[in-house]
Amino acid sequence: MNIEYYIYLALALFSIGVVGVLTRRNAIIIFMCIELMLNAANLLLVAFSKMHHGIGAATNPTAGIDGQLFVFFIMVVAAAEVSVGLAIIVMMYRNIHSVDINFLNRLKH
Amino acid sequence: MSATQILFWFLSALAIVSALSVVISKNPVYSVLSLIITFFAVSGHYILLNAQFIGIVNLIVYAGAIMVLFLFVIMLMNLNQDNEPQKNKWLKMAGVVSGGCLMLVFVAAFKTSEVNGKIAQTIDGNIGLTETLGKALFNEYVVPFEISSILFLSAMVGAVVIGKKGD
Repeated sequence: MNIEYYIYLALALFSIGVVGVLTRRNAIIIFMCIELMLNAANLLLVAFSKMHHGIGAATNPTAGIDGQLFVFFIMVVAAAEVSVGLAIIVMMYRNIHSVDINFLNRLKH
Repeated sequence: MSATQILFWFLSALAIVSALSVVISKNPVYSVLSLIITFFAVSGHYILLNAQFIGIVNLIVYAGAIMVLFLFVIMLMNLNQDNEPQKNKWLKMAGVVSGGCLMLVFVAAFKTSEVNGKIAQTIDGNIGLTETLGKALFNEYVVPFEISSILFLSAMVGAVVIGKKGD
């Protein structure tokens, strides 16, 4: 497949994630939209990795492998981020009995 | 139209429709389920690109672990009904318009990019296999790999400390 199809697909997914972050009020859904944006970036990294492999495979048999390793590390960071973020959301729900981000605009109470 | 192209368009449509449904649906449980479908579609794209290791890890880590965590939190906090207060319509519209503007800027920026027309190989190429990735991961990337274990440890301790009841 041509690389620009992958670029446009990842752009669409990323923009949907941005729209979700901007329009929704529920902290959990905002968090899920951030995951969506991370996945768009991962998809593009893998597509570019395969593109570079196709170009440089003749001289270097592992050309483009860095992209897929970066995706692996992004997944590691995302998993850590989700565990801490959900703990914060649970604590917030315990304190103010809501996950609406409007109640968080002063970062106290 | 070859089978690869048919699969590509099908998976793309599935990913975009379910991503839209994540944003649109009122019930958070439906949002989580749509996000799982999106992750399955993205995993299908990885497997189509012959990145088998990343595809399976995406399924196990994202669709398996992270989304189950989200589902647990939503079920435990009893958020599965629609109690999101109705927000100003203009603010919502402004969010959609600014997201659309972002997409427009991105598309315009990539329109004349020099990578256009290059091929991302789909069936052949063996860098996505577990053997190749594992060799690279445990040779040149072994230090970041070990550091990520420390990151996991600190994230685990942080989650326990934050989520602890009382102080």
